[in-house]
Amino acid sequence: MPDTSLPDTSLRDSAYNYAYLDEQTKRMIRRAILKAVAVPGYQVPFGGREMPLPYGWGTGGIQVTAAIIGRDDTLKVIDQGADDTTNAVSIRRFFARVADVATTTRTEDATVIQTRHRVPETPLSDGQILVFQVPIPEPLRMLEPRETETRTLHALREYGVMQVSLYESIARHGRIAKTYNYPVLVNGRYIMSPSPIPKFDNPKLDRSPALQLYGAGREKRIYAVPPHTPVKSLDFDDHPFEIETWSECCALCGSRDSFLDEMIVDDAGKRLFVCSDTDYCERRR
Amino acid sequence: MSGPLLSARGVTKRFGGRVACRDVSFDLWPGEVLGVVGESGSGKTTLLNCLAGRMTPDAGSVAYDTAAGPVDVHGLSEARRRLLTRTEWGFVSQDAREGLRMGASAGANIGERLMAIGERHYGEIRRTAADWLGRVEIDLDRLDDRPTAFSGGMRQRLQIARNLVSRPRLVFMDEPTGGLDVSVQARILDLLRGLVENLQLSVVLVTHDLGVARLLTHRLMVMQGGQVVEDGLTDQVLDDPQHAYTQMLVASILPA
Repeated sequence: MPDTSLPDTSLRDSAYNYAYLDEQTKRMIRRAILKAVAVPGYQVPFGGREMPLPYGWGTGGIQVTAAIIGRDDTLKVIDQGADDTTNAVSIRRFFARVADVATTTRTEDATVIQTRHRVPETPLSDGQILVFQVPIPEPLRMLEPRETETRTLHALREYGVMQVSLYESIARHGRIAKTYNYPVLVNGRYIMSPSPIPKFDNPKLDRSPALQLYGAGREKRIYAVPPHTPVKSLDFDDHPFEIETWSECCALCGSRDSFLDEMIVDDAGKRLFVCSDTDYCERRR
Repeated sequence: MSGPLLSARGVTKRFGGRVACRDVSFDLWPGEVLGVVGESGSGKTTLLNCLAGRMTPDAGSVAYDTAAGPVDVHGLSEARRRLLTRTEWGFVSQDAREGLRMGASAGANIGERLMAIGERHYGEIRRTAADWLGRVEIDLDRLDDRPTAFSGGMRQRLQIARNLVSRPRLVFMDEPTGGLDVSVQARILDLLRGLVENLQLSVVLVTHDLGVARLLTHRLMVMQGGQVVEDGLTDQVLDDPQHAYTQMLVASILPA
């Protein structure tokens, strides 16, 4: 795929500080990241700044990326697995312009990958950093609306209520019907919301060699999973965690072991399954 | 014989200048049902909340004899106190909506305590929940219904099941039959009496209904204006009230 960054971005826009945020803010975010890495799965509050894009478009992820990016980095940005969607293209161009970094669509070439709702299919390696954009960082929020109470539940490790929600799902649907944002237990201690990635990606978080950073801009929280940290998807002994499977393969590359998107391609309702990870798919064809 | 299960010494709670409960002391022995009666505003519920660790008294102490040894309820860390309240204790509120998780099914409501202490087998949790639903006389086909679809009496029974599933040793009850009609009250009282006897529960029961107190409790404390004005065996207090306030209370029961 052609690189979609602006042609004239080899020179940084000097009207802005390097990587858009001022140095004090970046320092504050780095401190939050260090704390998050030290306590895997714990949500660290930080003073989120206004970013030049709306909440819900990746303000958390973009601040984390801005705080860690340097001139030697190579950035990849994906949105639902795709490198060529509006959100991914604009964030990539933004950093090419304000941080003067090289951008790529190739997963293995990137040092920093900012992602919305997917983990790339290509296995990550040591030294790579995965930055997630998170809408609702609190996994217990839908079960317990009070912030003071959810903090207490985390602090005292009272996670019965999370199990109650899985119980409800089985009682209602006969299986754990949650397919995305599937809660995980990080390092045997904190329950974490893995941002709305499909549960298909949950096993990729477990003991991943890459550093995972999660930024929630609206809620102003940062959390992290350091490399090689155990991440366990919650389940019941008699209803173990399972990932999605498809009867079809990808219509473009024939892959049978990647996450597939279902598309309706004509008015007759003809359906097609294609890989959600465009980089992975294109290079297999 | 071992010592008392729960002992309160000089429990006092003020709200600003108002004293809600003044210098209350008593011992609750294993297997005993203690009733706290008094008119509305006499400090019954405040006392119960102080005993159950939901409020911190301004003065006095509450000691509880756990399976592992005696502890000072208000000296415990929050983590240990919360553990105590969901394992060895139960709390039945007057308003079932406070004590239940209204958005979750009856089965999940009963199973929550089990899951909180680490049970991770869905089938097992469900079996136990069904068993307890039977014990509180709710039809098994209501297991997956939410409490919002239950009548007031059923909610109250569900709340009792949810509390007793972890086999607590001590249950606090705040007007468990308040606001229910007489026939439903009678059924719940019957049920409670059976459960208390079978499970050897100790209970602190707050009520304004002397009939409930007579039926369920072994011993009675009468409160007025935040103070205990009389206490003794239930029949003794009700048949031969000594304090003027108790006499008035007993005399004010409408003859059936």
